[in-house]
Amino acid sequence: MSLDARLVVRRPDFTLDVSLAAAPGEVVALLGPNGAGKTTALRALAGLVALDDGHVELDGRRLDRVPPEHRRIGVVFQDYLLFPHLSAVDNVAFGLRCRGVPRARAREQAREWLRRMALEDQSGKRPRQLSGGQAQRVALARALATEPRLLLLDEPLAALDARTRLETRAHLGAHLRDHHGATVLVTHDPLDAMMLADRLVVVEDGRVVQTGDAAAITGRPRTDYVARLVGLNLYRGTADGHTVRVAGDFALTTASAQHGAVFVAFPPSAVALYAERPAGSPRNTWPAEIAAVARQGDRLRIELTGPIPAAADVTPAAAVDLGLATGRRVWATVKATEATSYPAGTDVG
Amino acid sequence: MRSRTPLALAVPAVLGLAFLVLPLAGLLIRTPWSTLPQRLTEPGMLAALRLSLLTATLATLVCLALGVPLAWLLARSGLPGRRLFRALVTVPLVLPPVVGGVALLLVFGRRGLVGEWLDATFGVSLPFSTAGVVVAEAFVAMPFLVIAVEGALRGADARYEEAAATLGAGRWTVFRRVTLPLIGPGVAAGAVLCWARALGEFGATITFAGNFPGRTQTMPLAVYLALEQDLDAAIVLSMVLLVVSVAILAVLRDRWLGAG
Repeated sequence: MSLDARLVVRRPDFTLDVSLAAAPGEVVALLGPNGAGKTTALRALAGLVALDDGHVELDGRRLDRVPPEHRRIGVVFQDYLLFPHLSAVDNVAFGLRCRGVPRARAREQAREWLRRMALEDQSGKRPRQLSGGQAQRVALARALATEPRLLLLDEPLAALDARTRLETRAHLGAHLRDHHGATVLVTHDPLDAMMLADRLVVVEDGRVVQTGDAAAITGRPRTDYVARLVGLNLYRGTADGHTVRVAGDFALTTASAQHGAVFVAFPPSAVALYAERPAGSPRNTWPAEIAAVARQGDRLRIELTGPIPAAADVTPAAAVDLGLATGRRVWATVKATEATSYPAGTDVG
Repeated sequence: MRSRTPLALAVPAVLGLAFLVLPLAGLLIRTPWSTLPQRLTEPGMLAALRLSLLTATLATLVCLALGVPLAWLLARSGLPGRRLFRALVTVPLVLPPVVGGVALLLVFGRRGLVGEWLDATFGVSLPFSTAGVVVAEAFVAMPFLVIAVEGALRGADARYEEAAATLGAGRWTVFRRVTLPLIGPGVAAGAVLCWARALGEFGATITFAGNFPGRTQTMPLAVYLALEQDLDAAIVLSMVLLVVSVAILAVLRDRWLGAG
């Protein structure tokens, strides 16, 4: 039950060209900003959007020209799309009925699925009587009941409030681990992707920009989007040993030695701010101006402009001490040991 | 705070309301209430009422059987020239019914394009028969149904159909088990409009099916005929038509069309 696909969909103002592979039992997350083409990729896999080029292969069988009803690909849609005129149990039984299972047996199996989702007492309810979390689980049961060879999830948690989201994510994770087929999950939330998926595929503007597991993506982002997602300052530059030239002529000193095109990344918490130029200063010191101040958890996120743009996290106490406000000039420092560099080569995974 | 209605709107609005309601009130006022029970049970009266209800219902069933698939074709399929077909479907809506009756005669008449073949092959002759009444009513009423159902289909979320397809449902199953239930209220509304239009059909019916009591003389035809002989009879017939129409509308409005 392995997936191998290259999805090419051309639109007048947009081209999607994404290669995807997933092993049996593997969960792959398509992560990207809105409008990156994630949902289009999912719809192309399901057969709801025609491919202009490429292929979809599941267990060695070409599916490009197979209509959706014969693909055996289960889909959990973003707003679930539970049939409003059917009860929860009949929604789950729908796919079984379509595959020729007699009504009584389909109902029985559907009840079993609802029991597994801890929803047995909701089986007679219509979708509009269910809470968001319950509807999500019914949608998951409906997709899994047909024993799909590939399971697709489109922003499975996006419609839920923060509290329900936490529970549902754990619940969903457990079911994905039990699913023997491959799973492709579309999300714009890095936390969902990292908690649920074995491997991440980052998509921007219809293209794959980075793939890898959560550690590789969070540790070594390759685009500004990924860096922002994982909360790192990211620069592209040219390394000569421990010195990396970024943004024209600005030099950053890094812990590891590299040569050629590299990325340099460091977390906002590694940036320290001073009112005066610090004496005996660390290697990376530059004058900056505060562009914005925002609350981030129990810290303040300071956006800096200067020779390089950067984000810094400081405690509210330190901010008061320094009198930090928009427009104020400060000195920023980063210890060389906090700045990591890695090759920027063209490989994406 | 409610805003004051400008006089330039209020005056014509009230006039319009009066224009629509006054004739109905006139009908109620002139109804010969004392002889009503006796007149209502006259055999000719009952025959016309029964025929009207029967033919309007049959015509609605014909419209449902043909019109819902036609609406689906117009709304959902990638049929080329859909705009032209949509325009053609609405022609009977604006066509004077008498012209419709003449056109039907030319096609389904004994020497018509299809009528001649029907007569020779099956020995069936539609004009001047009860079946002819149904044909005439269906011809005039079907656009109401098609337009209502097509509107419902356009308003229905087609993604439910996609969800059904990913669950293994073929196109017919999708239509039967997902699309049709979703557009149920729209179909019901269209059927009510269609039935009401069929019940009131006059021009095409009298042209195509004639005016034979018990066979093709529906209520509107009976009203017209009675008007020349017995005004009170015409009023009573009209009253019955009015009551039946309003009653059906009221019942279905609550059950199918929802509030508002």
